[in-house]
Amino acid sequence: MSDTAIPIPPTLAAMLALAAGTFLLRLSGPALRARCTLPERAEKLLEVSAVLLLAALAATSALTEDHAFTGPARPLGVLAGGVLAWRRAPFLVVVLVAAATTALLRLAGVP
Amino acid sequence: MSYGAVAVTSGFAWWFPVLMGVLVLAASSEFLFVGIIAAGGSPIAALLAGLLVNARHLPFGLAVPDVLGRGRRKMLGTHLMNDETVVFALAQDEPERKRAAYWLCGLGILICWPAGAALGALLGSVVRDTDALGLDAMFPAVILALILPALKDKPLRRTALTAAALALTATPFLPAGLPVLLALAALPLFTVRTRKKATR
Repeated sequence: MSDTAIPIPPTLAAMLALAAGTFLLRLSGPALRARCTLPERAEKLLEVSAVLLLAALAATSALTEDHAFTGPARPLGVLAGGVLAWRRAPFLVVVLVAAATTALLRLAGVP
Repeated sequence: MSYGAVAVTSGFAWWFPVLMGVLVLAASSEFLFVGIIAAGGSPIAALLAGLLVNARHLPFGLAVPDVLGRGRRKMLGTHLMNDETVVFALAQDEPERKRAAYWLCGLGILICWPAGAALGALLGSVVRDTDALGLDAMFPAVILALILPALKDKPLRRTALTAAALALTATPFLPAGLPVLLALAALPLFTVRTRKKATR
């Protein structure tokens, strides 16, 4: 995606923090249950924010590269995969078709 | 497997996705983390986004507290909590079968997910010209496939499209990683829409 090297120490630290934080989140559910229950509304909002973050990630990683539009080959490949996913094709098929479509377009000279 | 391949082709060392697979054990947050770092985003932004996505484990814990076991086993049981194990446990009626489904599925994932990542990483590092094979289209396609079931809900779909548009508009101006976090600004749109519906 990007040509810049990934700085290992801060990335590793952030990953370990994510692991620790995730474990605490997993731990706090059963612990909280004894005292109070999370309102259904808050639960729904957590779920929605996860989808929003992932939707934004899918869009930006499909369409942009280094702050600018990538060529049409990648988004078209993702679109092909998306259509198959919508029609409930198996996960592996979705991923392979996306890559193959992009590869074929590039072979044909589409950037 | 695609997760390992994607991580390696975006510049990570082969062990990183494997280690993260074992320690974090939550697919969408790992994809988000790798995606933000690969786009040149800061580790802090990747951490915040990952934690936010994993916040759903808190309500999971409220839903399945009795399958986790006790003492030391409870530590492992807690770590195994994720989308799949919770769904499998909730699908069973009797407590005994709930526990069995949860642990079988959880241990299976703990082994298969990092092993698949390692295999993918290996394949990804063998291939030289990843662009010619269209491997860069795999990552967004995986994420899209992950969220599509949730997008069948109409208010959520509209909000997600707005969120994606917001992130795209901000991409040329903001440092990498931040546009994805900015997408959360679309959240009030969802609450307004669903509240309107409720009062109608």
